[in-house]
Amino acid sequence: MKYYDKLIFELSKEGRCGYSLPQNKFPASPEVPLQLRREAPLGLPEVSEPDVVRHYTNLSQMNFGVDTGFYPLGSCTMKYNPKINEEMAALQGFAGLHPLMHAGLVKGALKVYQEMNKALAAITGMYTFTLDPCAGAHGELTGLMIMRTYHMQRGDFKRTKVIVPDSAHGTNPASAAVCGLEVVEVKSLENGRIDVEALKPLLTDEVAGIMMTNPNTLGLFETEIKTIAKLVHEAGGLLYYDGANMNPLMGVVRPGDMGFDIMHLNLHKTFSTPHGGGGPGSGPVGVAKHLEDCIPDLRVSGFHGNFGVILRAYAYILSLGKDHLKKVGQYAVLSANYIKECLKDKYKLPIEGVCKHEFVFDGLIHDGAHDDVPGATTLDVAKRLLDYGFHAPTIYFPLLFHQALMIEPTETESKETLDAFIGVMRKIADEAAQDPMILHEAPHNTPISRPDETTAARNPILKYQDAQ
Amino acid sequence: MSKILEGLKYSESHEWVKAEGNIAWVGVSDFAQKEMGDITYVDLPEEGDDVLAGEEFGALESVKAASDLICPVSGTVVAVNAELEDTPEKVNEDAYAAWIIKVEMSDPSQADALMDAAAYKAFIGE
Repeated sequence: MKYYDKLIFELSKEGRCGYSLPQNKFPASPEVPLQLRREAPLGLPEVSEPDVVRHYTNLSQMNFGVDTGFYPLGSCTMKYNPKINEEMAALQGFAGLHPLMHAGLVKGALKVYQEMNKALAAITGMYTFTLDPCAGAHGELTGLMIMRTYHMQRGDFKRTKVIVPDSAHGTNPASAAVCGLEVVEVKSLENGRIDVEALKPLLTDEVAGIMMTNPNTLGLFETEIKTIAKLVHEAGGLLYYDGANMNPLMGVVRPGDMGFDIMHLNLHKTFSTPHGGGGPGSGPVGVAKHLEDCIPDLRVSGFHGNFGVILRAYAYILSLGKDHLKKVGQYAVLSANYIKECLKDKYKLPIEGVCKHEFVFDGLIHDGAHDDVPGATTLDVAKRLLDYGFHAPTIYFPLLFHQALMIEPTETESKETLDAFIGVMRKIADEAAQDPMILHEAPHNTPISRPDETTAARNPILKYQDAQ
Repeated sequence: MSKILEGLKYSESHEWVKAEGNIAWVGVSDFAQKEMGDITYVDLPEEGDDVLAGEEFGALESVKAASDLICPVSGTVVAVNAELEDTPEKVNEDAYAAWIIKVEMSDPSQADALMDAAAYKAFIGE
């Protein structure tokens, strides 16, 4: 990786100009009060066009993405983004649309929405979808509002609690709280699944529903899901399915058949559209037939969701087709189990058995602690991986294990890539056992090593002027 | 091994209380600051705020987590340790010197009901 750490302000030379703005024909508006008018110049960097192009190209070279390397970030499904999706999204008939165009002129786009709705319903066993929500958390909030609406419409106003397992994604309790619902936690058993006996006493007439991810964040299938669905429904609650972990199930099991009433999908995870760095996402929400009337009439996002993302996911579904969509999950599960089995003599595997698309280690078996030298932690392993050119897995999540290291390889990686990753993970474990200092001081080969997060948080420097 | 001071009272959410008459100083235990890691921000209540036992009165933020502060006693906040706004690291340096709020208790018996040093030591299991 080429080292480059300049700020564009550092390239600035007074009087240099890369672009000439047209003459300003408008006088300063007299309506802007004097005290609000800028007195000093704007302070923009003065740079030539090649300066700008080289600056941003150099920065882009320091980026890591699924197009540059293996990205086993657990629960994020960082699968490869097929380029045919981009070709379809770039078609002029789609790329040139404006959301305010007359319906008669956008029939192709409307057909994509309709077909996508049908495809997602078929894949998940839901009755219908709204494609509006712009990400997973947006979908969760929309789904919970549907849940609340359902109870309100029935005049059942006391249902204000939502049950969330202790292994849940952090967004689940957060979405429930934003929706004004109270979160009740249910514990997991030793085998990583929801404790059905602990769930029973929580199912009062104040429970609006339960939020679950299946397979859960440990990559384990909730084998008691049918019993759980029965219990929750008997108590008058609804089941919400967090679709973040849908990848291993596509074409094999449907949330609708498991008993879920509401769910969201992450098109940017399961359906291969690019993500990372905060977006763009898409989190369509599906409902069972009896909730059809609770799905929002009004739009919940500015303009019919992220159409470009929906279009890419639609291209993905069509290019794979029914038979190959089923293989997605099968290969994802195979890849995850292969890595797990090849590494479990070096990393602690807290829960044995077959996992789905991802699994969780609880740190190193031999962390190399001796005398005054502390052992290598999960953070150290993650940092050392960067030296070897791999993106780190998810670390310290789920919270059930103190040294959690969560690996999700996805179906798109070849055996050679998986073997290379396994080789490096084994090498790191050996390094830790012999000399944990190598790991404590990692990464050694990246442009910067470990940033001082504490100082950055305590004394943040937010402006270039303040850095001088 | 975390430091536990004799003579203080401790809550299950890892706050300590030093009670004198109807006045109580409240902070977080050494165990709590270790678990949190480097504290980067202390969210303080206002003087004059009412606090309730078992309810949050502020929050700690560290590089790795954010955690509510739960008041072990009920009463009125008569002083806050404003120094922590600019120097949150004092909580890490000495959790027992870095008191967070001073409370005029409405029911001083609430402090008596908390764990003593020995019980807290057993509670955190170190």
